[in-house]
Amino acid sequence: MNSENNIPIKKDPWEDLKTFTNARIALGSTGNAIPLDEVLQFRFAHAKAKDAIESELNIDSIKEEIESWGFSVWEVKSQVSHRDEYLQRPDLGRKLDEISEKELQESPQEFDLVFVIADGLSANAINKNAIPLLKELLPKLEGYKIGFVLAKMARVALSDPIGILLKAKFVAMCIGERPGLSSPESMGIYTTYAPQLGLTDERRNCISNIHSNGLNSKEGTALLFYLIRQSFDKKISGVDIKINLKDLLED
Amino acid sequence: MAYKHTIDHQIFSFPDLKSVLAKASPFRTGDALAGLAAESNMERVAAQCALSEIPLKDFLNEAIIPYEQDEVTRLIVDTHDEVAFKEISSFTVGDLRNWLLTHEVDTKKLSKISKGLTPEMVTAVSKLMRNQDLIAVAQKCEVMTQFRNTLGKKGQLSVRLQPNHPTDNLKGIAASIIDGLLYGSGDAVIGINPVTDSVDIVGDQLKMMDEIRMRFDIPTQICVLSHLTTSLELLDKAPIDLVFQSIGGTEKTNTSFGINLGMIQEAYEGALELNRGTLGKNVMYFETGQGSSLSANAHWNVDQQTCEARAYAVARHFNPLLVNSVVGFIGPEYLYDGKQITRAGLEDHFCGKLMSLPMGMDVCYTNHAEADQDDMDNLLTLLGVAGVNFIMGVPGSDDVMLNYQSTSFHDALYVRKVLGKKPAPEFEAWLEKMGIMDATGERRSIEASHKLLKPL
Repeated sequence: MNSENNIPIKKDPWEDLKTFTNARIALGSTGNAIPLDEVLQFRFAHAKAKDAIESELNIDSIKEEIESWGFSVWEVKSQVSHRDEYLQRPDLGRKLDEISEKELQESPQEFDLVFVIADGLSANAINKNAIPLLKELLPKLEGYKIGFVLAKMARVALSDPIGILLKAKFVAMCIGERPGLSSPESMGIYTTYAPQLGLTDERRNCISNIHSNGLNSKEGTALLFYLIRQSFDKKISGVDIKINLKDLLED
Repeated sequence: MAYKHTIDHQIFSFPDLKSVLAKASPFRTGDALAGLAAESNMERVAAQCALSEIPLKDFLNEAIIPYEQDEVTRLIVDTHDEVAFKEISSFTVGDLRNWLLTHEVDTKKLSKISKGLTPEMVTAVSKLMRNQDLIAVAQKCEVMTQFRNTLGKKGQLSVRLQPNHPTDNLKGIAASIIDGLLYGSGDAVIGINPVTDSVDIVGDQLKMMDEIRMRFDIPTQICVLSHLTTSLELLDKAPIDLVFQSIGGTEKTNTSFGINLGMIQEAYEGALELNRGTLGKNVMYFETGQGSSLSANAHWNVDQQTCEARAYAVARHFNPLLVNSVVGFIGPEYLYDGKQITRAGLEDHFCGKLMSLPMGMDVCYTNHAEADQDDMDNLLTLLGVAGVNFIMGVPGSDDVMLNYQSTSFHDALYVRKVLGKKPAPEFEAWLEKMGIMDATGERRSIEASHKLLKPL
């Protein structure tokens, strides 16, 4: 972009302060306005975030990968029928549609641990971050009976009916978080011990901010593994399990 | 009491006051999500017709949330000012709308009747008003408050400098503060949203900001937007100018925020005792936002705008320095797009001002709402015309901690310039003294040797 060549931009002589923050400081100005280069960069970041919301799960490749580890994978959907409805009706995103419910009901098995891989507000976040984390985690989980579910148009609480129908002791849902301008591909993981319908947030634990500039898959794995062990030890999840992020990550 | 209205031989009936209010509301997704919105466009207009004919006195006889079960209702009823109400006591809601718009009703008259209005009356009349009505009447209001400077006089537009940082890094926060001050922002307050709401972290942030304020003798106030209980713990340990709290319009909503009226009262008295304000004694800062009651499952089947206006009844009881709605933060399931956010922003500003609140606005949106900077430019300009007391100033509009977009320091300069608005007078004098602005209010070129750039 060479938009500044002919019209000089008033620079801010405190660009060195940018070393302390990723906030958009020292942008300079033209008149009272933000210089065009900065405006376009902002628009680009916003476009990326918007596109992330519209993105879809790479069902085939995620499924193929998990099946190659020797597991079968269910595919389910909430009662939401399109993206627009997803954004307006969080209540429908928490309920399974009829076909999905039936399929899970027919499962003969019971599970210790079910991983739900869900689009949420950024399927791109899941396409990027879910498989690397699961790959890291699975070798630590020998002895657990594990199931996998891919869920479309899902809100966090959709993990409850899924867990109930698969008779899971524990559900971990990997879900795309609301994209920010600086983190359009951020994955969160919500864990629930003994899922039931109507659970509220304080009964879950959450690991947030898994993305290229946030927690990496190794850190995410360490946290999730800690939560799994705590939940199975204490037979609970939620506010009564304290995670001390710093201590855990320094270990 | 049941209400009804007939259009084209079709009878629309509404079982009670709260259902008329809900169905008369301009469409927004939150009311649809709650199952309270009008089911057709016709029904919405019928509800507005029915609402326009309801006497204001009816609002004093029918509590939309039971008196016995909700302390916000009790506050509204018990503090209603009969004397102030007298002049408008024979009005219907429709009369009130037409009366508010007459030339005879001026700033003085509006402030005289303000305490006679309940939030339900205010929200009712707003539902009958077009956007230009909301702007025209709000512009006639003037709500002035003081702590270390004078906010809200006609012709002023102030800015909360919002220097958030994703890991509460003090140097990172300070960098954004310096950036904002050098762009002329920060007269409403310098206010941080902390990532971690702990006594230690909030205390450190307060001390750092107070040091900057004192070193450069800035006529403004500082605030960390922590939970009220954190501020209470810090009252005798850290420099607290203002106590902040998010509030809602029902007791249950406030319970979900971990507060009640008694706790706000305690914090209010505690902050007053500190006596840190040099010009005035407005020591509270409240944030609100449509949808918070539904989100906490605490709405009693009352529409989201009415719940919001009830929060203003809570706010006005504690003489705040600043109140703002965080209008676009809550997300598209409550306010879907730029149109709904704009309408809600104008409603909130109008309702707050009519209830004599020093109303500001976080003109903002999240990335999953159907909105962008153009929508924010529109709402910012409209609110500037309406006389909003203050807006947010976030570096480049991008809050890197809360992950949403608000207005920038540059946006504040834009709206001041196109509408001829000025900062708080004491702060304006400081900006001139510091060589940040010239006598005509234009921003000067800042040299690398500027005083503010030395300490870091």
